[in-house]
Amino acid sequence: MTRKQKKLTLIAGLGLVLALAATLIFTALSDKITFFYSPSELVEEPIGVNQPFRIGGLVKEGSWIREGKKNIFIITDNAEDITVIYEEILPDLFREGQGVVAEGSLNENNEFIATNVLAKHDENYMPKEVVETLKERGEWKRTEDGENN
Amino acid sequence: MLIELGHYALILTFSIALIQSVLGLIYWRKDNRIAEFVRLAAIWQFFLTLFSFLALIYAFVVSDFSLSLAYQHSYSLQPLIYKITGTWGNHEGSILLWILTLTLFNAAVAIFGKNLPTQLRTLVLSMQGVMVVAFAGFSIFTSNPFARLSPAPFEGTDLNPILQDIGLALHPPLLYLGYVGFSVCFSFAIAALISGKIDAVWARWVRPWTIISWIFLTLGNVMGSYWAYYELGWGGWWFWDPVENSSFMPWLVGTALLHSAIVMEKRNALKIWTIFLAIMTFSLSLLGAFLVRSGILTSVHAFASDPTRGLVLLALLGFFIGVAFTLFALRAPSLRAGGLFAPISREGSLVLNNLFLATATAAVLVGTLYPLFLDALTGERISVGAPFFDLTFSILMVPLLIILPFGAFLSWKRADLIAVTQRLMGAAMLALLITIIIFMLTGRRISLAPLGIYLGFWVSFGAIADLIFRSKFGKIPFRESIKRLFRLPKHIWSTALAHLGVGLTVIGVVTVSAWESENITTMQVGQNAELAGYNIKFTVAEERKGPNYITEHFEFDVTGKNGKTKKAVSEKRVYVASSMPTTEAAILTYGLSQLYITVGDLDVDGARVVRIWFKPYILLIWFGPLLMAGAGFLSLSDRKARIGIPKLAKNRLSRNKKVKAS
Repeated sequence: MTRKQKKLTLIAGLGLVLALAATLIFTALSDKITFFYSPSELVEEPIGVNQPFRIGGLVKEGSWIREGKKNIFIITDNAEDITVIYEEILPDLFREGQGVVAEGSLNENNEFIATNVLAKHDENYMPKEVVETLKERGEWKRTEDGENN
Repeated sequence: MLIELGHYALILTFSIALIQSVLGLIYWRKDNRIAEFVRLAAIWQFFLTLFSFLALIYAFVVSDFSLSLAYQHSYSLQPLIYKITGTWGNHEGSILLWILTLTLFNAAVAIFGKNLPTQLRTLVLSMQGVMVVAFAGFSIFTSNPFARLSPAPFEGTDLNPILQDIGLALHPPLLYLGYVGFSVCFSFAIAALISGKIDAVWARWVRPWTIISWIFLTLGNVMGSYWAYYELGWGGWWFWDPVENSSFMPWLVGTALLHSAIVMEKRNALKIWTIFLAIMTFSLSLLGAFLVRSGILTSVHAFASDPTRGLVLLALLGFFIGVAFTLFALRAPSLRAGGLFAPISREGSLVLNNLFLATATAAVLVGTLYPLFLDALTGERISVGAPFFDLTFSILMVPLLIILPFGAFLSWKRADLIAVTQRLMGAAMLALLITIIIFMLTGRRISLAPLGIYLGFWVSFGAIADLIFRSKFGKIPFRESIKRLFRLPKHIWSTALAHLGVGLTVIGVVTVSAWESENITTMQVGQNAELAGYNIKFTVAEERKGPNYITEHFEFDVTGKNGKTKKAVSEKRVYVASSMPTTEAAILTYGLSQLYITVGDLDVDGARVVRIWFKPYILLIWFGPLLMAGAGFLSLSDRKARIGIPKLAKNRLSRNKKVKAS
């Protein structure tokens, strides 16, 4: 092969891989991402059954019930509520009245079947999406932005 | 008093670095006295920062709560080790650790780089000085670790319990050694762009620094992964969390750099690309620091979400990347392309390696930043999680793993693909056979797992095949071959071992992802559960007291397939000072596999939710990278990779002696 041909081979190969990667990334981006909703947003724009998404808000006081390994609780943004069912061990920092984000999808009874529940990693931490949602709803009332630890 | 001295030492470091970098960058071409000053300044900075860091540790150890940082992140009843590690278990302290690592590397360049050409060394150290100025300035002006409290509180508020673990002693320092080490490569790249001298010799000087940084970044990531696995109690070892990604991306690009620097050193080719990678690796390290420290992301690592700090970090990031790429754009076109090579050659395979590593990095970068951009632009909140990365990353890794074993067999410049394929046929067949046997024996259903397993074995056997062929097994008497095997140059061994590590990691990842089994059940003391042939008996549940926590203590008797019984201990702790709960998982190791047990809250009828996982061959996931890091050390000890120019005369002498001796 001449120098030019070698260069062309390399560039063609390079272009091919890059095209493949770009296609891959864009398909995955349109397909594999999950949207975040607050309970109110869920009421405003309903989501189909079994479609995965994330929901966040506060765990409603007094709503946490356990039946064996099944956890049932309500996530609220103090405007709308949604019932969440989770059949695994909840994170250590899961508490009533605290912020939480759940991943999963709705079932036919409009209950959220969670596949994963994320609570905060430390006492002051609140999922960012939850903070923003609460701020938007005017429910944000913490005096200090407790992240200064 | 000591705290003020520590603070003062940090300010001194800042000032010296300021003078060093300004003088160095102006007079690097001209003055040897300035060169000597720049060199010594780097060493002074290290000792000053060390003093300042020790002063901070001392305040934590003696529980001096008049130090605001100690008040916020320490507690008098904490075990000594956590008092010490707590020093960097927070934003301010970890920045100081970052500066300490930076000055450590600079001192190393100053001391071991005595043989470097004076101009190059001066430029590199001056660039490093700019970084010290940036980070020491950041610390002093926005994140002062030495701030006092008055009146001093009697008791501290305790370190975040998740961080009260030996992992904190290892993970951040190792990771920082990696991150910051790449700043040396970055400065070498900048120095090369400024001076215009970029050649094979440059690559030889940069490579040891690349290897060292890469080793530590590898170890830091492994340690982080294993720590998250056992401490967070979710049983996962990698979450594609943005913060993990931000330490994974420099690793990927660093791996690419490691390989492209070989091409540059050996063949004087890929110069522009190598420089680009050197800049990218550190830029991604800085991006990681920004993402983690700015509070943009929500994560266990996000200590501080102070907007000013975020902005300052963003400005620093912009500055370093901006300067680097401006220089790159100005200078790169004038670099002459080096050695030619055919597409089928060692160089060609390394180009492919770089191509796939770089695109995989791009995929991870897009996935990590896309939610941030989308949120900023449209306000839409999404998360890009494991499904995205699993898909894109693994598809991009497949071709890389397929070509990997070929690389080491191909010769430089031009190679015979058919001959190499014949040599590798054995490895390919053996891998296929083992994969088939595994699937026959276990009766697994058809899925993507066989492909993954096959690739893992293919890479592992390919690496071993390289050693076998080079020591001519089967061609010369067996004893001769064994002798040859142990006399193979260290860099051959390190290549083979590192690639073997890749193969083992792949096998571990696939087995765990495909065949992990779990059992979530409610249990009372005395009851049994079954999983993967193990019998788990719940034996003890009681309250106990630790030094700074109270705990619910659980014991299980686990009977394995061989009938032997082992005790597993799991705890749910509540730390007194912060009233924060943590879960300590019970982990039992069987060969390379692990049984992982966590316990949930008490049920109304006195039962506990118990979650048991069986994770087949999970240890391979961490053992593989450890092997890679070990291979890195081995390659570093190779004569060819010595830092600086090897002393020619001496080396010739010793080589002659060796020749005579043998």
